[in-house]
Amino acid sequence: MTEYTVIGLRVEHTGPLALLQDAGRFGVRRLGVTQGGPADLHGWGWANWLVGNPWGAAALEVTLGGLGLVAERDLCLALGGADLGASLDGEPVAPWTAFRMREGQRLAFATPVAGLRAYLAVAGGFAAEPVLGSVATVVREGLGGLDGRGGKLAAGDRLAVVAEACHREAGRRLPEEERRDYREPARLTLLPGAQVAAFDGRSLFQAFHAEWRVDDRADRMGVRLLGPRLRCRIETLISEGIGLGAVQVPADGQPIALLNDRQTIGGYPRLGALTPLAASRLAQCLPGQAVRLAPTTAERALDAYRRLRIALGA
Amino acid sequence: MSRGQALPRIESAGLDGWMVRLFATIDEANLPWLTALTRRCEAALGEALVDLVPSYTTLLVVFDPLRLPPEATRRRLVELLHDLTPDEESDRGEVRELPTWYDPGVGPDLERLAERAGMDIEAVIDCHSTREYRVFALGFAPGFAFMGLLDERLECPRLETPRQRVPAGSVAVAGRQTAAYPVVTPGGWHLIGRTSARLFDRDREGFSLLRVGDRVRFVAVDRATFARQGGDTRPMEANA
Repeated sequence: MTEYTVIGLRVEHTGPLALLQDAGRFGVRRLGVTQGGPADLHGWGWANWLVGNPWGAAALEVTLGGLGLVAERDLCLALGGADLGASLDGEPVAPWTAFRMREGQRLAFATPVAGLRAYLAVAGGFAAEPVLGSVATVVREGLGGLDGRGGKLAAGDRLAVVAEACHREAGRRLPEEERRDYREPARLTLLPGAQVAAFDGRSLFQAFHAEWRVDDRADRMGVRLLGPRLRCRIETLISEGIGLGAVQVPADGQPIALLNDRQTIGGYPRLGALTPLAASRLAQCLPGQAVRLAPTTAERALDAYRRLRIALGA
Repeated sequence: MSRGQALPRIESAGLDGWMVRLFATIDEANLPWLTALTRRCEAALGEALVDLVPSYTTLLVVFDPLRLPPEATRRRLVELLHDLTPDEESDRGEVRELPTWYDPGVGPDLERLAERAGMDIEAVIDCHSTREYRVFALGFAPGFAFMGLLDERLECPRLETPRQRVPAGSVAVAGRQTAAYPVVTPGGWHLIGRTSARLFDRDREGFSLLRVGDRVRFVAVDRATFARQGGDTRPMEANA
């Protein structure tokens, strides 16, 4: 930590999972170290943008709610991603907005109203000692986070912020078209992969026409989808690298979309890979929610991703 | 898999990835080619390179599509493949020795494996520790190296029910592969001993003791040596 940092927030109580996440851990996947980073890049990116942070600043990813924070000084904060019923001293805080928090005020997340993961950004970013080049928290690997050991936030934790957090002006407003309502059915764009031809015709038709349900076996490693059984000529491959959003289909025919904390290599055939924005969208789906898969092209996927990154100033 | 298409080939792996498929089967002879391609990608993709994940037969190339669009990246990979030659020089790999205490107390599957192979325990230890293994891939957990090939007499399928908790350092076999667990994780391989080597250390340059291409030998040590080297001698229950 070379920048001047001060304690900004204290954790009063926590819910199921709250993690510090920067853009992720890169360049070490060949050592078996996963990528980590925000499961919903879109919500995380816009939360940082609202407080004027550059791409990559560390924010909190709050899953399902339950987190309670007290300000130890005046701060400029913003919420992106899910609406988890956040309130400031009992007054509702609208999602997708920047707001000020005075010393001694309490910010509390309740339960999901829409979506699953909320992002809390602070002007200047949260500060922690990077591990293998990143503060991204990966609990399974014991890497990153406040303690550097992959710990999720716990009561009593104190969150350091870069000092400018205390005096920067709030005031950015989210472009209306970037607001998401996660209660709507999700349409997930997918780039077909190399093994797509090994699925039988009926399975391919079903993959892109059936309604899929998000299973409750869903976490930062991956999300299982329930629906028609997809049949593939190939049962297993020799293990190979897996990219973000890869949709693998094990022998039971139920696809699993792999997210940020996935294992670095694996051996199931793949239907393809979700686009970065589709992976983000899926990360906001609650168990039972309906999703559809839609094939797309690299040109269109790149166009959408480029627009997001340029809008966020990176 | 696209039928009958010649290797090598470059396959879509999402917006920011290309899978370069070089071979169809696991073979130590793949390694100098994979090493060569990995090095050439590092040199050719520069700032656009995000990650490289070499595995048994493939190299996953992860790039930043804003710096180098997917088609341009693909063209660059085609050029690299065009005159690729195996890199025998850098393929020699580091030679690593993993001091290992082979004992039923820390290797609860040792006796069963011996029985299955029709050998006594000493012969199994001999068989496992006299061979040099190559690291084919890292994955599953940070620093977890998949090594082969195991003597076929020791070949065995994975456990039907994986253990919930395999202690760090556990030396294991499955199929024709062997590995050592860097940290406590669930695991479905047969445990035959424990190494005192620190396989993953965030404070060490390079972090992981083992890398793809390394040559690894398990060196049998007695309990006292193992303990002196900092090995964890606490036994585990066979059914843990």
